[in-house]
Amino acid sequence: MNWFFFASPSTFYRLAGRMAPWFFALAAVLGAAGLYVGLVVAPTDAQQGEVYRIIFIHVPASWMSMFIYFVMACYGAVSLTFNTRLAAMMARALAPTGAMFTFVALWTGSFWGRPTWGTYWVWDARITSELVLLFLYFGFIALANAFEDPRRGDRAAALLALIGLVNLPIIYFSVLWWNTLHQGSSVKLTGSTMHIAMLWGMLLMAFSFWMYSIGASLTRVRAIILDRERRTHWVRGLAT
Amino acid sequence: MNVAAAPMGASPHPGSFAAGFAWSFSRDLKLSVRHPGETMLVIAFFVLVASLFPLGVGAEPQLLQRIGPGVIWVCALLAAFLSLPGMFASDYADGSLEQMTLSPLPMPGWASGKIAAHWVATGLPLTVLSPLLGLQYGLTADTLLALACALAIGTPVLSLLGAACTALALGARGGGMLLALLALPLFVPVLVFGAGAAEAQASGLSAAPHLSILGAGLILAVMGLPPAVCAAVRIAMD
Repeated sequence: MNWFFFASPSTFYRLAGRMAPWFFALAAVLGAAGLYVGLVVAPTDAQQGEVYRIIFIHVPASWMSMFIYFVMACYGAVSLTFNTRLAAMMARALAPTGAMFTFVALWTGSFWGRPTWGTYWVWDARITSELVLLFLYFGFIALANAFEDPRRGDRAAALLALIGLVNLPIIYFSVLWWNTLHQGSSVKLTGSTMHIAMLWGMLLMAFSFWMYSIGASLTRVRAIILDRERRTHWVRGLAT
Repeated sequence: MNVAAAPMGASPHPGSFAAGFAWSFSRDLKLSVRHPGETMLVIAFFVLVASLFPLGVGAEPQLLQRIGPGVIWVCALLAAFLSLPGMFASDYADGSLEQMTLSPLPMPGWASGKIAAHWVATGLPLTVLSPLLGLQYGLTADTLLALACALAIGTPVLSLLGAACTALALGARGGGMLLALLALPLFVPVLVFGAGAAEAQASGLSAAPHLSILGAGLILAVMGLPPAVCAAVRIAMD
């Protein structure tokens, strides 16, 4: 089997087109299940009441915001080391989805903060570093589109993503390192401190967001491939 | 700029890291000594912006004492940021950067030399000047010392991070604003710990933990960022 078969934009274009609907369908099913578990099955929180249900959007979105950045940086590293075009296009395709989840995490967080902390925003370590992550995404998108030559933008943005990777551990461990308003995480690899239905709701939503991210980035990478290869034979062949 | 006339590799080991470092360090330093205007502008900006704050927020001594360290840090950060384009942009525009890339001097050497020269021309004067500004804000002697120490450790990190960002943005559309979007988010941790050191001292705690973390950041930056700057310059030269 040739591992690089799908590294060619023209073959990957077709593969992505066939896979994306499945990921969207999975995202819809998992999301419906997750919302049902989260809004109907999961019990009311003893301390926070019904407000805590924002967790089913907030926590999966913040997980995805960091995870997508990590995946984007990995694609960046692959594109720099192997000089592959498709990896750089995937990194570009992931950035808007990652920025969207970062924004959703901040937005839902501020709506959660209002009733529980009494304020929409605090300059707490985790919130501030999540905001920095949003600007890293914006910087990546801006730098990738700042050059006449798209390959130049690919490489520069990939390097920027790798430099910005330092921010991820800071966000992740900020609630452990600094004792601030944002609560610590309730889910750990060694077990969680929350009700089983809450945990399932969160995991289902996280998987739903994950599948959505894959579907969205595959769809977006198809658009990027078409744009880059618009002068090639096979793209012209698609139009006729 | 015609300073490239200085002989390359004049030191005993041409082609070594030290030779590259010494060459570009002395070249860039000579440039900034002969055009002192740029350093003066950075310093003037720093002092000017720092003196705008008491006018804007009111001149109550207690308030100024409270916000002093943070304001001085933000001003130093912005001054360092505004001096960034000078590091590579003019050399890129007139082709000297390409010549340096082609020269036998190793790129990590001369790139580090340029960054060090940038720090000596901007970060160092800002650090030396910060106690004076601190006096204007009524900071105590301990706080002044903590502030200067934090700036001495933190501004080299700013120069290193900024070098990587300017090198990435060479030849990009949207110049200054793009550079702000790239560099300022990366400057945030330096600002947090730098201002934190002086504020901890001002509130009676020890500045040592913050300074240690800044120092660790500096070591990481010194080791990790010069290769990134070289990679970015190579990308720009493609």
